[in-house]
Amino acid sequence: MRNMNLRKLPFLALVLGVLLHFEVVADGMRDTVVAAMEASFEAKKQATMDRLDQDETQTLCTQHAAGILPSAVAERIMTLNRATIRPPPDGQYLGDWKGGELIAQTGTGFQSSDDPTKPAGGNCYACHELSGSEIAFGTIGPSLRYYGKVRGTSPTTLAAAWAKLYNSNAHMPCSNMPRFGHRGILTDQQLKDLMALLFDPASPVNQ
Amino acid sequence: MADPMRIRAALVGDKVDVKILMAHEMETGLRKDGEGNVVPARYIVNVSATCNERTVLSALWGASVAKNPFLAFRFTGAAKGDKLKVTWTDSDGDTRTDEVVIG
Amino acid sequence: MKSIYGCIRGLLLAACCVTLAWAQSSTEEAIAEYRAMFGDENPAELWQIRGEELWTTPRGPKNVALAGCDLGLGAGIVTGAYAQLPRWFEDTQRVQDLESRLVSCLTDLQGLDEAELLKSRFGDGAKKSDLEALTAYIVAASRGHTMSVSIAHPAAQAAYDLGHGVFYYRAGPHDFSCATCHGESGKRIRLQVLPKLLDPVGARYAYTSWPGYRVSQGELRTMEWRLQDCFRQQRLPQLRYGSEVAIGLTMFLAKNAEGGIMTAPNITR
Repeated sequence: MRNMNLRKLPFLALVLGVLLHFEVVADGMRDTVVAAMEASFEAKKQATMDRLDQDETQTLCTQHAAGILPSAVAERIMTLNRATIRPPPDGQYLGDWKGGELIAQTGTGFQSSDDPTKPAGGNCYACHELSGSEIAFGTIGPSLRYYGKVRGTSPTTLAAAWAKLYNSNAHMPCSNMPRFGHRGILTDQQLKDLMALLFDPASPVNQ
Repeated sequence: MADPMRIRAALVGDKVDVKILMAHEMETGLRKDGEGNVVPARYIVNVSATCNERTVLSALWGASVAKNPFLAFRFTGAAKGDKLKVTWTDSDGDTRTDEVVIG
Repeated sequence: MKSIYGCIRGLLLAACCVTLAWAQSSTEEAIAEYRAMFGDENPAELWQIRGEELWTTPRGPKNVALAGCDLGLGAGIVTGAYAQLPRWFEDTQRVQDLESRLVSCLTDLQGLDEAELLKSRFGDGAKKSDLEALTAYIVAASRGHTMSVSIAHPAAQAAYDLGHGVFYYRAGPHDFSCATCHGESGKRIRLQVLPKLLDPVGARYAYTSWPGYRVSQGELRTMEWRLQDCFRQQRLPQLRYGSEVAIGLTMFLAKNAEGGIMTAPNITR
């Protein structure tokens, strides 16, 4: 046994060397990309330069975007993001589905071209199917048609959907979906209205 | 000064097939700019086409015609090598004339 | 039994696909119909005509035409130049895309002021952009040419690698990167098809059809405009015209589109 391990050593060293080399290359590339981003953009209205700065989640997701996410990194991202989730202070998960439908249809908010005094939208239809009457929906995310009808409204189901809206990376690291609550894109009330769009039996999503 | 038009005129059978692209903003007077100010109306009001001193098309336009208008029509009574002259005039009195040889 | 279920499932799936395809094709067909009405005409031609005039007319403080402008194939050669851009240029010691190269020519050869030029880099109605018109004219002269970009020069390779890195750079309040929308094929945003820009098929589809006359704006837009508008939607600050990132991404896309046949200037939504 011992002999075999010894014979494998040069091979292991090679593998380790290659891995380390990749890490170094990736790190070098990261510095190059960050420096180029800083030099290639300028602030415009609400889109200020600090928007180029990455938090740890964004850094890790960028670093591993082209390959498979190592499980330790995935764990780290989920732990970081799970810690940010705040349930609604009054314990009420469901708002008004009509408000939710409007938020789902609205694509503006946070762009340099948007009015910062107006509430941002969630732009859900850009990626998801929701109501049956809206055929102009995207396919980047899964269909959410009949969301509440299929899942019911048990406390765990509601809490899980709230968590997903609040911080998508809590349970799916490097999700394409924005972290609407954590990043302050949508308010608690807006999130509640979206929850109602998903769960209210009267919502067109469940009709 | 107004930019040139793109005119194509080709004899197909006994008809001349004409396609014209005009460079014009066609401002309706209802649009607002980035600062919220109304952009004053300015659009083509008159288009005419003449071939061999004969008017083959005369049109009165309004603000509902799209920006950079595209106009296609056919007429008879011309031969290859004849010249087709197109003129537009806008609501500010600006005008542009271009000429093309029928192919 | 199993095969019957399989059959039914297949039919249901097919029905779903047909519905989706219909929703998509109704929009795309309408655009195709609109294009067909123009025939060979495309309002982009108005920009091409103006661009040709700008290219051949002596202008600027030095009162020269752009016959001395080398787009990579030799001074004054326009035909096929766009299909080989971006590229490394010895005289400027930079990798340049067409737009940044034009800025060099207009400032160095004609003596025009760079800041003034960049003020009108994107046309807006009566405020016309000379750079957009010149780009339209030069790109049209590559119609039918095969995309063939060289990354043999180390700086060109570095630009490509930078573009690749930027493609995955996640930032801003929404965590978006280029890859969020363009990392997978067969996806849509609303009804708009999203090409996967990492693959030759998607990259060719996208790259060879730009610049385009955008019906929704009534303006001709170039790749520099396209990229900065993507970053606006990513909620990031303003991408600088002719910047390292703009050129790097363009190089990345142009190289991925290798072998594609140029059809631009096109007419788009």
